[in-house]
Amino acid sequence: MKAILLICRKELKSYFASPIAYLLMAFFGLIFGFGIFTATRDFIRFSFQAQIQGGGPPMNINQQIIGPLLSFGSTITLFLVPMITMRLFAEEKKTGTIELLLTSPVTDWQIILGKWFGAMLLYLCILLMSVVNIALLFAWGKPDIQPVLVAYLGLILQAGCLLAIGEFISTLTRNQIIAGGVTFFVCLLLWLLNWMTSFDTGTLTSVINYLSIITHFDNFSKGLLATKDVVFYLSMIFFALFVTSRSMESLRWRS
Amino acid sequence: MIKVEGLTKRYARTVAVDNISFEVEKGQIVGFLGPNGAGKTTTMRVLTCFLPPSEGQASVAGFDVLEQPIEVKKRIGYLPESPPLYPEMEVVEYLNFVGKLKGMPSRELAHRLEEIMRRCAIADVRNKLIGKLSKGYRQRVGLAQAIIHNPDVLILDEPTSGLDPKQIIETRELIRSLAGDHTIILSTHILSEVEHSCERVIIISEGKLVATDSVANLTNRLRGSEAVAVELEAAGGRPNPGEVQQRLEQVAGVSRVVMKDSRKGRLAFEVESLQGRHIRSDLARTVVNAGWNLSELRSVALSLEDIFLQLTASEQKEQKETEVVGAQS
Repeated sequence: MKAILLICRKELKSYFASPIAYLLMAFFGLIFGFGIFTATRDFIRFSFQAQIQGGGPPMNINQQIIGPLLSFGSTITLFLVPMITMRLFAEEKKTGTIELLLTSPVTDWQIILGKWFGAMLLYLCILLMSVVNIALLFAWGKPDIQPVLVAYLGLILQAGCLLAIGEFISTLTRNQIIAGGVTFFVCLLLWLLNWMTSFDTGTLTSVINYLSIITHFDNFSKGLLATKDVVFYLSMIFFALFVTSRSMESLRWRS
Repeated sequence: MIKVEGLTKRYARTVAVDNISFEVEKGQIVGFLGPNGAGKTTTMRVLTCFLPPSEGQASVAGFDVLEQPIEVKKRIGYLPESPPLYPEMEVVEYLNFVGKLKGMPSRELAHRLEEIMRRCAIADVRNKLIGKLSKGYRQRVGLAQAIIHNPDVLILDEPTSGLDPKQIIETRELIRSLAGDHTIILSTHILSEVEHSCERVIIISEGKLVATDSVANLTNRLRGSEAVAVELEAAGGRPNPGEVQQRLEQVAGVSRVVMKDSRKGRLAFEVESLQGRHIRSDLARTVVNAGWNLSELRSVALSLEDIFLQLTASEQKEQKETEVVGAQS
């Protein structure tokens, strides 16, 4: 446990020692801020119209602003993940510091988990940028807190999945750009799987749909906490980290 | 302390280390010698559990590198060829990280840090970013990293590469001062390094063990023989080099003749004698009797360099001979 924390802290520090952490936070904050601006503007326009014309369906901040907004956040995550994970192993392999880690009395799992937690914490820091915006909605409106928390949990679980996959890809190469590029491609593919299957029903389609990481976020964004989605994310995280550990093992035998 | 038996490491297409066996006693400094690409780094990586062996066994302090890697890693300090440094960290921060990574309790570590930085002469850059340090400082931070947890075994891959002469001397002294409580293996392709710091030498070439002996024994091995530099005038291409070489080789007691130079009407050779033979007067007589102009004749001290070349050369010769025999049969 001590070793995991140690490596996690080291990772987090090196994210914040370079501009990358600040850049990603600014990037996310900007885009999310733009999202909330347009969503709120439309919401207010509609509610004015409803007041003037009378009638119309009741307005709900949770369903009409926060839900779609956090779904939007989950899409932005796809773009952030490669930039977070690409350096995890590729950089250590390039500079040779991997030799220090692998010849120290720590296990592969401690290294993998330490790095994964480091990436997760950075993602949480990035996510914190959106909390400011959501907090404004709470200051001037009365949304329910529960669905918001569920959606955030969904975002975190989804990112955990993607970060684990990115970490695996980073063990495959010593070139950060390749690691980042492939991770981005895989993230994009997981996103597209969702599109592909939206017009069709069938066994294969539902399997593919089940594998799409985005699909499982839908329930979370509606504020529904379903066991099957949580289980899916947790097992995907475990699977990806397990594959990472296998990849590290094979790294020793191949190199 | 270190035991290697029949160690073989194969990569996809090449055999990096081929059936090497050796032992290192506690407290010894052993030089791992060989030309570039001989398999030094691979052997060290196996000993540090970075790479698994393809065949054979290696153990450190009685723990097998495959069976109990964590126990082995606890007892090893390793300085790879390029020091494993994080450029975004400060020196103290980095050493702190490594100390904790090696499982040191923090109270002991704080104490140890000061001592290590003083010993490795890096106290004056303690708060600098590693990325901003010069090569010499980086190498010393790398060395500090290897000894921070006071390991039983130190494995240093070319510890003096990239240092200036003064730093090389200081590093050698540091390494020598570590002997005794630490068992040290250091690799190098510079022979004077071994002569200066090591008690024993393990020579490998093309993945094979060529010799393992004490430094004193190895130099003694050729002390009885002498090397002579012969230079003659050869104006207008006469006498021709091949002929001279042939004549010199025929002198009784000569083991080897190497042509060094044939420019500006001069021919320079280096002649080595067999054990316990004095050949200088015979050489002089041969040259004069042939009617050539002898311009220089002086004895050259055989260094470890020559021994090394002889050993690796004879190895290749034997190999060729066995290949020829194999082809004939």
